[in-house]
Amino acid sequence: MSSEASPAAAAALIETDAVIIGAGPVGLFAVFELGLVDIKAHIIDILDKPGGQCAELYPEKPIYDIPALPTVTGQELTDRLLEQIKPFGAELHLNERVDALKRLPDGRFSLITDAGTEFITKVVVIAAGGGSFTPKRPPLPGIENFEGHSVFYSVRRIEAMRDKKVLIVGGGDSALDWTLALQPVAKSVTLLHRRDDFRAAPHSVEKMRQLVETGDVRLMIGQVSSIEGEGNQLTAATIKGKDGEERIDVDAMLPFFGLTMKLGPVADWGLHLTENLIPVDTEKFETSEQGIFAVGDINTYPGKLKLILSGFHEVALMAQQAHKYVHPEKKLLFQYTTSSSNLQKKLGVS
Amino acid sequence: MPAPLIWKALPRAMPKITFIQPDGSQQAVDSDVGITLMEAAKIHDVPGIDAECGGACACATCHVYVDEPWQDKTGTPNPMEEDMLDFAFDVRDSSRLSCQIKLTPELDGLVVHVPAKQF
Ligand SMILES: Cc1cc2nc3c(=O)[nH]c(=O)nc-3n(C[C@H](O)[C@H](O)[C@H](O)COP(=O)(O)OP(=O)(O)OC[C@H]3O[C@@H](n4cnc5c(N)ncnc54)[C@H](O)[C@@H]3O)c2cc1C
Repeated sequence: MSSEASPAAAAALIETDAVIIGAGPVGLFAVFELGLVDIKAHIIDILDKPGGQCAELYPEKPIYDIPALPTVTGQELTDRLLEQIKPFGAELHLNERVDALKRLPDGRFSLITDAGTEFITKVVVIAAGGGSFTPKRPPLPGIENFEGHSVFYSVRRIEAMRDKKVLIVGGGDSALDWTLALQPVAKSVTLLHRRDDFRAAPHSVEKMRQLVETGDVRLMIGQVSSIEGEGNQLTAATIKGKDGEERIDVDAMLPFFGLTMKLGPVADWGLHLTENLIPVDTEKFETSEQGIFAVGDINTYPGKLKLILSGFHEVALMAQQAHKYVHPEKKLLFQYTTSSSNLQKKLGVS
Repeated sequence: MPAPLIWKALPRAMPKITFIQPDGSQQAVDSDVGITLMEAAKIHDVPGIDAECGGACACATCHVYVDEPWQDKTGTPNPMEEDMLDFAFDVRDSSRLSCQIKLTPELDGLVVHVPAKQF
């Protein structure tokens, strides 16, 4: 997910009315409300799928407080939002993190992603929730010294692991997929998990067990208790299992303990922050910078509740103000989707 | 109608829970029944219980170690909780996610240890 510097010439430049940072439920519904007032949006998320927390943290859990949907799972809510915003044809840019946001001399904004895409836009809607999803770092003393050199949370090139003694930690799909993918090139692969039960897809567990059987992968049950190395090069890890500790030689370690939300680049954009949240007014949900809005879990104001339904309300009001910046010459009429043929045309239902 | 007498038969509904921090310091709290151990910790500002997901068994940041004598009473994690414990650090046989322990009068006196790190 980090940047592989792309040459400036090859990087895309996209000019648009609005860019929404974050494709969580609130960012997705922002597409709808902006669409109703004729603002076309691009939406960017670091995840490989839309839905934010709902899709990443609790896709199968029921939500009971979405008005008119007595029960809906995180994934269903996401799917329904995607269906609802379809008429507006917003372009979704996944696997991209917005790193930089600055105002241009002409008053518009420039956003640059870690993939090197630049967006020039009239308004920015920050719907970054709890921040960008980032891999969890095991709390092992000294681990940060090795990150990027011999401790990796994702693998960009399999070749980089050639002839290395690789230690993979975890029991989900990432851990198992990388065990299978790296086994042919690495000098050795050790898969370490805290129990002999895996959450990963059964067929990859099956394949892993075969490789363990033939001696091509070593499976250890236990947890890393400490790591050692020189400079940024990891050399060994101590594994604590049921029957005591064992120290093994390691050239590269890949820990897969899921994702957590870290504020990330949002902190660097010069916006006023209070305890990692962006204060906004409750009329327009605008930040300390005119033309930059913050909606959903990322914002704060007196009485704020981090609920999906609050975020939905926020984007409706935000869109009214965004309209003033994007279409200053046009007067906005208050209309209902039920009765306005104009709105219905936009929705593709009339 | 005569006043209901039934409440008299109910056991004292304020189980006392003791949280022990990694440095050995202790905090005893009187909790309501029916809420979870995680909620009791949050209500009383017990440090080291993050509970990022708010009690949905969707993270592992309310991890605790149940003191040995209490393990029978608190029971064992269900499969969903076991899966989430994969995301905790330094998981032991006594590990539980405190959002999955409902407080009952039988847990009066419960002792749990807060881990050094919640990941
Ligand atoms: C287990 C659980 C249960 C919940 N249950 C309920 C419930 O019952 N009812 C309810 O109303 N709410 C519930 N919530 C809360 C609800 O999920 C959040 O309020 C909601 O997801 C907030 O939506 P959002 O769009 O603001 O942010 P998020 O869903 O957090 O999405 C933000 C997105 O922005 C992306 N992002 C951040 N920074 C960047 C960047 N720089 N570049 C690119 N992308 C970026 C992130 O990757 C993320 O995908 C629950 C939450 C959890 C964890």
